[in-house]
Amino acid sequence: MFPFSALRVGSLLTRRGIIASGTFRTAHHGHEVAKQEDMSLPMYWDRTDTPLPDIPFQRKLGAEQQGLKQKEKSSWKNLTNEEKIALYRIMFNQSYAEMKKPTNEWKTVLGGIFIFIGVTGLIIWWQKVFMYPQRPHTFDENWQAMQAQRMIDMRMSPVQGFSSKWDYEKKQWKK
Amino acid sequence: MSGALAKPVMRGMLAKRLRFHLIAAFSLAIGIAATFKFAVAEPRKRAYAEFYKKYDAAKEFEAMREAGVFVSARPTGK
Repeated sequence: MFPFSALRVGSLLTRRGIIASGTFRTAHHGHEVAKQEDMSLPMYWDRTDTPLPDIPFQRKLGAEQQGLKQKEKSSWKNLTNEEKIALYRIMFNQSYAEMKKPTNEWKTVLGGIFIFIGVTGLIIWWQKVFMYPQRPHTFDENWQAMQAQRMIDMRMSPVQGFSSKWDYEKKQWKK
Repeated sequence: MSGALAKPVMRGMLAKRLRFHLIAAFSLAIGIAATFKFAVAEPRKRAYAEFYKKYDAAKEFEAMREAGVFVSARPTGK
């Protein structure tokens, strides 16, 4: 059971990785979104616990990017900051900062929870009106009093419980 | 390089975590057990000891009988 659910979580995450690449802003483009991923090949995904995914984000490089890759082969001191960022974006889709960005999903979750609790409340109300039988007579005030008296007469829980709170001399509850 | 970063911790992470959590776990466990013993168990033992020091079973039985809770030992008297 557990390995199976782990697989489904994995496929959910890859779907998020693919959708994220298609819809997120920033300059990169070229990662296919439409066709079905071949799960037997290494995949790219943004995960905080996998810092180096199996493949780079961009597989198909444009002419400019290929030039950059050539330049990368020589000393890195020659690269400008923009070029370094462009190289990073070829390898990775989201940075850690982008991955860990808060999503406001909790508001949806909490809202959903409250909605369902509300619906449950309505159902229970309907049940109270249309379904539940009468309250048993043993809940009446008088009956409960007689019941308590009988419990005291029987000395129920005389050490630390019910009858221990009753003063048998003065015939009243202990102060 | 603009502002070199400090080298991150590369090893010993499990040991560090274990050291902290082992101490915490044992202290918490022992602490909670001691609290329960002295807040619940000892007072309860004392309560029972006190109760049974002055307990007269026969007298209690007669009182219960007069109250009418028994089926085979009905209250004495008319």
